[in-house]
Amino acid sequence: MALQSPAEIRALIANHKRWDIVFGVIGIVCLAICLMTFVTLFVDMLIDGYARLRPEFFTEFPSRRAGQAGILSAWIGTTMVMIVTAAVAVPLGVAAGIYLEEYAPGNWMTDVIEINISNLAGVPSIVYGLLALGLFVYQFGLGQSVATAGLTLALLILPVVIVATRESIRAIPGAIREAAYALGATKWQVVQGHILPYSTGGILTGVIIGMARAIGETAPIITVGALTFIAFLPPSPVTTEPPFLSFEWLMSPFTVMPIQIFNWTSRPDPAFQANAAAAGFILVFMTLAMNGLAIWLRYRIRRNIKW
Amino acid sequence: MSGTAVSTLDQAMSPAESRLSHRASRHIKEKIIESVLFLAALVSVFTTLGIVYILVSESVVFFSHVPLWDFLTDKQWTPLFDDAHFGIMVLLSGTLVSSGVALLVAIPLGTVIAVFLSEFAGPRLREIVKPMLELLSGVPTIVYGYFALLFVTPLLQRFMPELPGFNLLSAGLVMGIMIIPTVSSIAEDAMRAVPMNLREGSYAMGATRLQTALKVVVPAAFSGIMAAYILGISRAVGETMILAVAAGMQPNLTWNPLEPAATITAFIVQVALGDLPHGSVGYQTIFAAGLTLMLMTLVFNILGYWLRKKYREQY
Repeated sequence: MALQSPAEIRALIANHKRWDIVFGVIGIVCLAICLMTFVTLFVDMLIDGYARLRPEFFTEFPSRRAGQAGILSAWIGTTMVMIVTAAVAVPLGVAAGIYLEEYAPGNWMTDVIEINISNLAGVPSIVYGLLALGLFVYQFGLGQSVATAGLTLALLILPVVIVATRESIRAIPGAIREAAYALGATKWQVVQGHILPYSTGGILTGVIIGMARAIGETAPIITVGALTFIAFLPPSPVTTEPPFLSFEWLMSPFTVMPIQIFNWTSRPDPAFQANAAAAGFILVFMTLAMNGLAIWLRYRIRRNIKW
Repeated sequence: MSGTAVSTLDQAMSPAESRLSHRASRHIKEKIIESVLFLAALVSVFTTLGIVYILVSESVVFFSHVPLWDFLTDKQWTPLFDDAHFGIMVLLSGTLVSSGVALLVAIPLGTVIAVFLSEFAGPRLREIVKPMLELLSGVPTIVYGYFALLFVTPLLQRFMPELPGFNLLSAGLVMGIMIIPTVSSIAEDAMRAVPMNLREGSYAMGATRLQTALKVVVPAAFSGIMAAYILGISRAVGETMILAVAAGMQPNLTWNPLEPAATITAFIVQVALGDLPHGSVGYQTIFAAGLTLMLMTLVFNILGYWLRKKYREQY
């Protein structure tokens, strides 16, 4: 080594630097492959389904004739299931997050809950479907209803909501809590008056990401046994007679967007596959919009909050 | 806020009395709230217990009909035929082959992207690329299934005309792209957790960026990168819709990705789509299959958790 001439050393350095550039190019190519796949997927769906993306597509029931089929029952079903999911997952997830950050003593019980949550986040979604099939459908007798699907998806996104809640609570400096305690506030007053308001943005981000995941979940809902051909709507939640609210829709059979797409994709007729592409495009657009909103919210929070 | 409430109470009662009663009611309310929050946190534990209870109790009934040894060694999977065979190996082969293809895509690409974003890219590029990768992992899997069946398979058939319409290859490739963000983001977190002075030491010795990345940062973040791979594997094993749509639902004991084959997850979907009576052996097979799946992912998750904990404590 010591005997190398300056020219040789220069060549060696140039060679090493060249590898730096080569790797940089490889990295960009890999990133491009990922992002191009994504763009291709989006454009492919748009091209395949473009002819079907008309207003009637949203107001027609599924039909045996591909040209007349629409996603009315699917998007209404998705909306109803999402309402149940949010109504269950948000309060439970936020409450659990608050408990773990603000109340939980450092004992084995807390450890069990924490390990359990990180483990649940890794359970395949279809296993939640089996849980729902055994527990909600048969043991609780909820049947193959909106309520079953909503509860299943709520359990599925619970870890997402809990983790988001905990992270945004953890970002609040301890001095804020101490100041409130010093004025004689109780724990709940601190949580209610300070912790919750300051962490709302972060929690909202997590909730939106969780809902975006739930909206596209197919496997657990198929496992529950949701019907794929639904040409009617669940009973309306608002009635003309007192008490003007009806909860019959919770127990109604339903279909959701991903199941409708699955059903159309698995038919050999290309006309139905065009329907699947159109519905798929709408679904991707919805999840993109939700994720985009969450990312934007997170960016804004990070920029605006300076403790 | 509560100051005005206290002062009106003070006028009605003697100061000491009011303060004490107020404090007692505060105490009860606090306790109730704490218990409610605790119950909410326990829901996740009950979910796990529920999953274990359902899978085990249904599987116990299943294994009273089918010996465990047959389940593990039989080379046929025909649970719905009169001559029923229950060899989980058949479904397992589909799961392993498709996951293998996915990992061949996700591990190299995910690692390169992680190294690139952590060591080469400037903060501005990272700010743009990371959310885009997140969006990629947010696409519903049923849509990826459509893409694999109706875009990737026809594309592959141009080069391989004998490729069947349903095959593990296209499903695995698309699944690989889908799990790249999972792998790259966890691996990148691990690399960025490596202290700066290790890099500075390496640069001071005259190493280039690539040499520093490959010989200092990657070895230092090794357990975190392994954890990223393992979580990627566990996602691939549990993936359902891409395989159910694009790899077919025909059980097939094969190690060839060019063939169609059902995976454990695709089988569960297939049974659920049919109308099996509650309590039949066919109904219980999906719980036995689910238990197998759950055990596999559990092992991977524990391994990943352990590895991540290890690298966190290192510095």
